[in-house]
Amino acid sequence: MSDWIEVAKMEELPRLSARVVQFDTVKIAVFRTSQDAVLAVKDRCPHRGGPLSQGIVHGNLVTCPMHNWRIDLATGEAVQPDQGCVRTYETKVEDGRVYLRLSSAAANANSCVEHA
Amino acid sequence: MQKMKLVMVGNGMAGMRTIEELLKIAPGLYDITVFGAELHPNYNRILLSPVLAGEQTVQDIVLNSMDWYAENGIHLHLGKKIDKIDRKNRVVEAEDGSRAEYDRLLLATGSNPFMLPVPGADLPGVISFRDIADVEAMISASAQYKHAVVIGGGLLGLEAANGLKQRGMEVSVVHIAPWLMERQLDEPAARLLQKSLEDKGLKFLLQKQTAELVRGESGRVCAVNFKDGESIPADLVVMAVGIRPNTELAESAGIHCHRGIVVNDTMQTFDPRVYAVGECVNHRGVAYGLVAPLFEQAKVAANHLAEYGISRYQGSVTSTKLKVTGIDLFSAGDFTGDEGTESLVFSDPGSGDYKKVVIKDNKLVGACLYGDTINGAWYFDLLREGTDISQFRKTILFGQHHLGDSGHGPADHVAALPDTAEICGCNGVCKGDIVKAIVDKKLFTLDDVRAHTKASSSCGSCTGLVEALLAHTVGDYSVAPSKKPLCKCTEHSHDEVIAAIKDKGLKSMRAVFDFLEWKTPDGCASCRPALNYYLLARWPGEYQDDKHSRFINERAHGNIQKDGSFSVVPRMWGGLTNPKELRAIADVAEKYRVPEVKVTGGQRIDLFGVKKEDLPLMWKDLSAAGFVSGHAYGKALRTVKTCVGSQWCRFGTQDSTGLGVKLEQLTWGSWMPHKYKLAVSGCPRNCAEATIKDFGVVCVDSGYELHVGGNGGIKVRVTDLLCKVETEEQVMEYCGAFAQLYREEAHYLERTAPWVERVGLNYIKQRILEDEKGRVELNERFKHGQRFAQIDPWKERAEGVDATEFQTIRISA
Repeated sequence: MSDWIEVAKMEELPRLSARVVQFDTVKIAVFRTSQDAVLAVKDRCPHRGGPLSQGIVHGNLVTCPMHNWRIDLATGEAVQPDQGCVRTYETKVEDGRVYLRLSSAAANANSCVEHA
Repeated sequence: MQKMKLVMVGNGMAGMRTIEELLKIAPGLYDITVFGAELHPNYNRILLSPVLAGEQTVQDIVLNSMDWYAENGIHLHLGKKIDKIDRKNRVVEAEDGSRAEYDRLLLATGSNPFMLPVPGADLPGVISFRDIADVEAMISASAQYKHAVVIGGGLLGLEAANGLKQRGMEVSVVHIAPWLMERQLDEPAARLLQKSLEDKGLKFLLQKQTAELVRGESGRVCAVNFKDGESIPADLVVMAVGIRPNTELAESAGIHCHRGIVVNDTMQTFDPRVYAVGECVNHRGVAYGLVAPLFEQAKVAANHLAEYGISRYQGSVTSTKLKVTGIDLFSAGDFTGDEGTESLVFSDPGSGDYKKVVIKDNKLVGACLYGDTINGAWYFDLLREGTDISQFRKTILFGQHHLGDSGHGPADHVAALPDTAEICGCNGVCKGDIVKAIVDKKLFTLDDVRAHTKASSSCGSCTGLVEALLAHTVGDYSVAPSKKPLCKCTEHSHDEVIAAIKDKGLKSMRAVFDFLEWKTPDGCASCRPALNYYLLARWPGEYQDDKHSRFINERAHGNIQKDGSFSVVPRMWGGLTNPKELRAIADVAEKYRVPEVKVTGGQRIDLFGVKKEDLPLMWKDLSAAGFVSGHAYGKALRTVKTCVGSQWCRFGTQDSTGLGVKLEQLTWGSWMPHKYKLAVSGCPRNCAEATIKDFGVVCVDSGYELHVGGNGGIKVRVTDLLCKVETEEQVMEYCGAFAQLYREEAHYLERTAPWVERVGLNYIKQRILEDEKGRVELNERFKHGQRFAQIDPWKERAEGVDATEFQTIRISA
């Protein structure tokens, strides 16, 4: 099976919002920015595990709804002075369809080492 | 393309703050070169006093390390004094011949200490108190010599004298005026100050004029002679009689100077390529010597250097604190007063407390505090904002916590708290953590402290304490800018944004961003919800609510819980329910396996632990049973709490339950700046606790008392009595009008309690009571808005609106 899996159509993912993709037991938040970039990270804030998919999206950032940490969706890094990172996933958009690169073999798109 | 070249002359606090602000908003715009005459990187000049007193070291007060300059690609030239500007060829030249070309030049040459023109002023052992070299000279003199004389009994002179005394010298302070710090203190306060300094061992010679500094056998100064013929021994003389803007360089280049380098409101000099900030500047005839105004100037200069061109410096009101350990004084504004003013004075010489506030036309125009200065920041706010103080004139001297300050007051004496005292209860941050972060990370602003420690970043009730800690730890940094921007995406305040939306007819978020020149493409999690609310409140029926600018609770119409589940609270009108409703709730709770059911404080039932995906299904069932959303999750009308009233209660005077239901039917669904609660009590026993609600009704035999601005949350605030009315219809009208006034004028996330305190009860009375036509119109606008707001969001979503918001996409490997 190919690593790339279609998860939604672009129109099902409005600008400045997110959808939750549950891949087996892992929840992944897929965001669409105002500039139509599609970015995906694990749906778990590095701070206390808040659901990032529920946050407000601005620029390439999402603000976690729990304690207002800001996460850069492109790199997975928390915005300074907060420190932490979340795993990112590769995405692509073709013919108005959103794909995620999902397989247990797919390496971390960034080098974030998750803490429990 | 080649970068523009920015050269800065003067490596001090105002200049470097400008560079920092510039790097923040327009990194990479310039190739930056900095010339500093001293050999040190930028340090905190304000903290020279603690260094002299041995409480801190030079290393402690460095603000930008050498590494910092390197990391930011700044060419730093230390120990090089620029002595020539060639404006025609746009080149500056240092004494050693090194040169730098510029496209923009920033002058931040600071000030020079003023040396009295008396014979002997140039002798060895006569110094000023201005830079690290002076401090080092004083420290080394204190190790060898005994007698120090400080000329000048102002802020700087006293700090120098205190430091030298701490270093073991015999110190006399010579002052020409009849009392110390006459520009900051009135006589009684100055006497208290003098006494506590005398208790520390300082000597004072007041109303003395220096005639001559006498040369000793060694060639070093040995005595000070006065005009009245007296003489005292002196091995070290520190001149601290004032500062003069350092305009030598600017003048030599033909840039217009007059008691400082003259700048306009954009900090531009008469040469449009040349900007100036700091103590060297004369802005609207004033040269500032305190750090807060200089930082405001820095921000403006940076904005223009970044070619944003949208900010103006309009002058500052300043306040003073003395950094001598164990002595607290505060002064601001016109603390002397004249025929047109009144003074309120509290004096307790025994305990060393003195407070004076000067009032003109019901506004504070000056304050002078000695001893207990905890309320200085509050007085300063009242002064700058021109708040009408007539409501609390009688207690103003006793401070803000005397008022019931709804979470905004600097509470207790933070200085006296132990390091382990918890300051921020939400994030568990102790005093020691905050002080350490302020010192280690060199934090200056509330925002910095919030970002680094999380203190006061949640509910905000400890903001006053954190500000007080900041003030106490770093000196006069406590002064907030006179205008607080809505968030970091804009320079504009809440009031300016509200006014622009109304006056310029801005009807979309994009229009607001464009017209007010937002700095970020889509705002942030702070401003977007605020703007969405302002637009919705101003243009009901026209503005399309933007759910992506709402916090998750309002987007999903439930309260998000720590595990990501939601809670569901159906509306129970006036707290009334019946077996059928209860049965429906019980059924829903079982069907969706709700793990916990709880009765809320607002007289309704909360179902906890509901999965987001289940929300629309659950709402469908609740909707079928006749329930609508309780808006328990929103900045909106929450509940109307009632007691049983005249129908059952033997004390009840009116039908409080029935009235509560009517009020809830009137107000449900309305979005507010913050959560908004009502209550109706059937008699003055007030079982519905109406006097801690945003709008409370207390029924009496002859009618209805209307109370406003109460709060039972973070900081309990009892309501103010607005008025008494006779009929239920009047209650409804006043209720609508008050809610609308709050909706139109309060800042987003400002509860009614701080709002009422900010604008004053008199203002509310004027708008609701005196202006009858205005009240009717407010109520009409409220009812108009309700036509679009009273649509049950649960029913809509149960019928399929926003379906994707609640659906998870499932994929298996």
